[in-house]
Amino acid sequence: MSVDKAMNILIVDDYKTMLRIIRNLLKQLGFDNVDEASDGSDALQKLRDKQYGLVISDWNMEPMTGLQLLREVRKDVKLKATPFIMITAESKTDNVVAAKEAGVNNYIVKPFNAATLKTKIESVIGAF
Amino acid sequence: MTAGASPESVSRAPDNSAAKISRQEIREVVESVASTLHGDITPADLKVIHELESLVRYIHTAKREIAALCPDDIREKHIREATDELDAIVAHTEDATGAILDAAEKIEAIANSLEVDPAIKLAEEVTRIYEACNFQDITGQRIGKIVTALKNIEARIESLTAALGGAAAVPSSSGAPKTPKTAKSDGDLLCGPQLPANAKNQDEIDALLKSFD
Repeated sequence: MSVDKAMNILIVDDYKTMLRIIRNLLKQLGFDNVDEASDGSDALQKLRDKQYGLVISDWNMEPMTGLQLLREVRKDVKLKATPFIMITAESKTDNVVAAKEAGVNNYIVKPFNAATLKTKIESVIGAF
Repeated sequence: MTAGASPESVSRAPDNSAAKISRQEIREVVESVASTLHGDITPADLKVIHELESLVRYIHTAKREIAALCPDDIREKHIREATDELDAIVAHTEDATGAILDAAEKIEAIANSLEVDPAIKLAEEVTRIYEACNFQDITGQRIGKIVTALKNIEARIESLTAALGGAAAVPSSSGAPKTPKTAKSDGDLLCGPQLPANAKNQDEIDALLKSFD
């Protein structure tokens, strides 16, 4: 599978620091077209306004959580095929199961490293 | 029975000293009263009454001790100070992390202008800095959990004080812990970072995800 590094990626987190870290790591991996959203509802609006090849989202945000965002994405005809990676400090079995049942493509537990981020992105959109 | 009264009879009433009641009548009255007592208050009842008296004494003691603790001070001073300090820690770590990231981004930009080998080495170290800055998010969430716990304690103190007739009967909307936003199951899932001993690591999560395939 050939990966288009010019694809749009949406990163979603209510911590600005985390958005900045993920953006910088994505830039190191060659992805420059990265947009940010501060919670699920902000992300959903952006997803409906522009086409994204990948969503990387935190879970614990207000007013709309990452899990709620994932469910909204999966039930939206136009968005449901969007690859979705959850990146979160929620690391209980129940969380992983709930995310998987909601249709998550992969799950990264915080704190994470650059290699894990790369591996998980590759597992979802293909090696690059 | 009055001292000096005849063993055979006693005065029926002060205003009628002539009227006498017999020993048999007294016996019947005493037996009647005694049988009533025996019927209503069993040894088990007495034990319950004793326990209730102990409980009342315990509650009075607890009220005195809680009053001595100055619950208003705990709520208005100590917990507020603690949450303010924790909020300040979050703000300071966010500022510091921002400064670290500023520097890392500048180093990364400089590295791009160098020859390939040193540039790669510098970029690797910058990546380590980015990874390390994860701490700000995790510590922020951990501190958030502590603030929520403190607010929970604050709310409990208010309830206890109100229940015991204290002055702090007005519930604090800001002090109440957040309730789950949607369905119970979703709210229950939001637990924040776990302590290392309780947390699943990435390998365990990967294995769990694989089990769905």
